[in-house]
Amino acid sequence: MHPDRFFTVEIDTNFHIRGWLNAGHDRLIKMGKLFRVHSLVLRIRKNYYDHQNVKKDNMDYFIQQLINGITLGGIYALIALGYTMVYGVIQLINFAHGEFFAAGGYVGVIFLSFFTGLGYMETYPVVCLTASFGLAMAYCAYLAIGVEKIAYKPLRKESRLAALLSALGMSIFLSNGLMLTQGVYDKAYPSELFQGGMHFGMVTVSYLQVLILVLTGVLLVALNFLVFKTKMGMAMRATAQDKTMSALVAISSNRIISLTFAIGAGLAAAAGIMVGLYYGSVRYDMGFIPGIKAFSAAVLGGIGNITGAMVGGLIIGMVEVFGAGYISGEYKDVFAFIILISVLYFKPTGIMGENIDDTRV
Amino acid sequence: MSDQPILELKNIHSGYGSIKALRDVSLKVYPGEVVAIIGANGAGKSTTLMTICGIVSPEKGEVYYQGEPITKINPENLPPMGLCQVPEGRRIFPRLTVEENLILGAFYRDDQEGILKDIKHVYELFPVLGERSKQHGGTLSGGEQQMLAIGRALMTKPKVLLLDEPSLGLAPIIIHQIFDIIADINKNDGTTILLVEQNANLALKAATRGYVLETGEITLEDKADALLHNPEIRKAYLGE
Ligand SMILES: Nc1ncnc2c1ncn2[C@@H]1O[C@H](COP(=O)(O)OP(=O)(O)OP(=O)(O)O)[C@@H](O)[C@H]1O
Ligand SMILES: [Mg+2]
Repeated sequence: MHPDRFFTVEIDTNFHIRGWLNAGHDRLIKMGKLFRVHSLVLRIRKNYYDHQNVKKDNMDYFIQQLINGITLGGIYALIALGYTMVYGVIQLINFAHGEFFAAGGYVGVIFLSFFTGLGYMETYPVVCLTASFGLAMAYCAYLAIGVEKIAYKPLRKESRLAALLSALGMSIFLSNGLMLTQGVYDKAYPSELFQGGMHFGMVTVSYLQVLILVLTGVLLVALNFLVFKTKMGMAMRATAQDKTMSALVAISSNRIISLTFAIGAGLAAAAGIMVGLYYGSVRYDMGFIPGIKAFSAAVLGGIGNITGAMVGGLIIGMVEVFGAGYISGEYKDVFAFIILISVLYFKPTGIMGENIDDTRV
Repeated sequence: MSDQPILELKNIHSGYGSIKALRDVSLKVYPGEVVAIIGANGAGKSTTLMTICGIVSPEKGEVYYQGEPITKINPENLPPMGLCQVPEGRRIFPRLTVEENLILGAFYRDDQEGILKDIKHVYELFPVLGERSKQHGGTLSGGEQQMLAIGRALMTKPKVLLLDEPSLGLAPIIIHQIFDIIADINKNDGTTILLVEQNANLALKAATRGYVLETGEITLEDKADALLHNPEIRKAYLGE
């Protein structure tokens, strides 16, 4: 084992894996017939106790949490955008959105394992990564277009509740579909990807984190450009604002709605692979909790607002990581929900309100 | 004026579910004309325009454009054919800039240079829009929004322009300015215009022919001049 691998795992496990796979130990042991995973569990235990002894009042610890928080927050932001864009354009909370994220994670593991098995991952890492991300994003984009056509479009003239219930049904359907086709157990990502990292004193930025941060940044900038600088983006915002008027200037709302679902699902799929890489595995129901957290992020930033979703994602990620680091890892998932309930109760239009009105879809 | 109408409604019945807004409406618009439809609140004027544009589907009857039936065509496919509406209440995209609103008028077009040229042309027609090009549409005054709505419609390069109450809520001086531009569009570009107005005096002075719509039915059709001097009309719509 590469020495750095220990350190990488340490960061992951201390602050993420344990809470993420909530019943962490049990489930890991179940799938841990593989030596790799088994040793991981042992290290989780070891690191958990180490973690208790970490000096939490030093600057390094803070910076480490900050980096972990931005990484996780960026991932939430990518998922949150799908909720916010779909809501902006058709006023639907797409409960099935978390499933696009999970499906992306699976397409990612399938292709990355395939490329790794063939040995291409070492010789052409950039090509393999691009292909895996591209295929997962394209697959989920088409999946989302199909879901919209089958489950939401026929209900467009009905009450909003009808479409909402249909979305819940789709979520259950897709998640069960994943379970039936991919199995109930976690699927491990190839373990030898992106080992090691950069050390700055006690602070470590793993290469994987660098990859995730760079890719997230690129996707967010590209999305901003698309929505705010291109004619398609203008048409999307126009459709969100007035569908009848859009039709009167030759914009097809069907096409724009499909495009919106495709983009949202594509971003969620990319987030799915990142999470798979970051936590080492995917599971059929992995979309549920991050889905709700990303939804909380979208609500926090003001649902329908693109910048709001990005900022909201970062805040939720930060709060989660800092809360787990300084308060308790046991309550990691609770923080996002406290935020969601507080925002809905005190300021349902989101924290930033009219200050960022320009960036509504 | 040629023999073939560019736009024709034949026995249109239209409405919203159980609400029957139009009953057996037939009308013809010939190329180059300015035709006015006048009528009171709720007479069905806006429904007529929305039915022409395919936003409201008629229960019976057919709309013909350049001799072809268009009732089954999706509304978003009509502007590329040259049929465009400035709807009631302007419906500017409030959170898009003035310039973005204009660019979207040209959504179906690919001729980048032509689009830029046409935006410049709109700014020449309405200089105030040029000054406000980066401002959100929603922040414009009512008059400026009406100018932007007309400008946006011009960006679609219409052959037939449908205007729904362009005078609504505007000061007399602005109304004057806008009706001058409408007359220019008709004369200089040869654009056919179907104008809906409650302000009968204004509409009939701008038009060549007019129709009177009463509770969903056409009750009168004549030359605009004749309608303007018709005692019935003067009593009912011109407040005499
Ligand atoms: N979206 C709608 N749903 C149900 N009924 C409608 C709708 N729009 C219009 N109506 C009804 O159809 C009838 C005709 O309305 P329409 O808007 O065409 O009148 P109008 O002549 O344009 O009136 P105004 O001068 O006030 O704009 C009215 O009785 C109105 O209540
Ligand atoms: Mg009207």
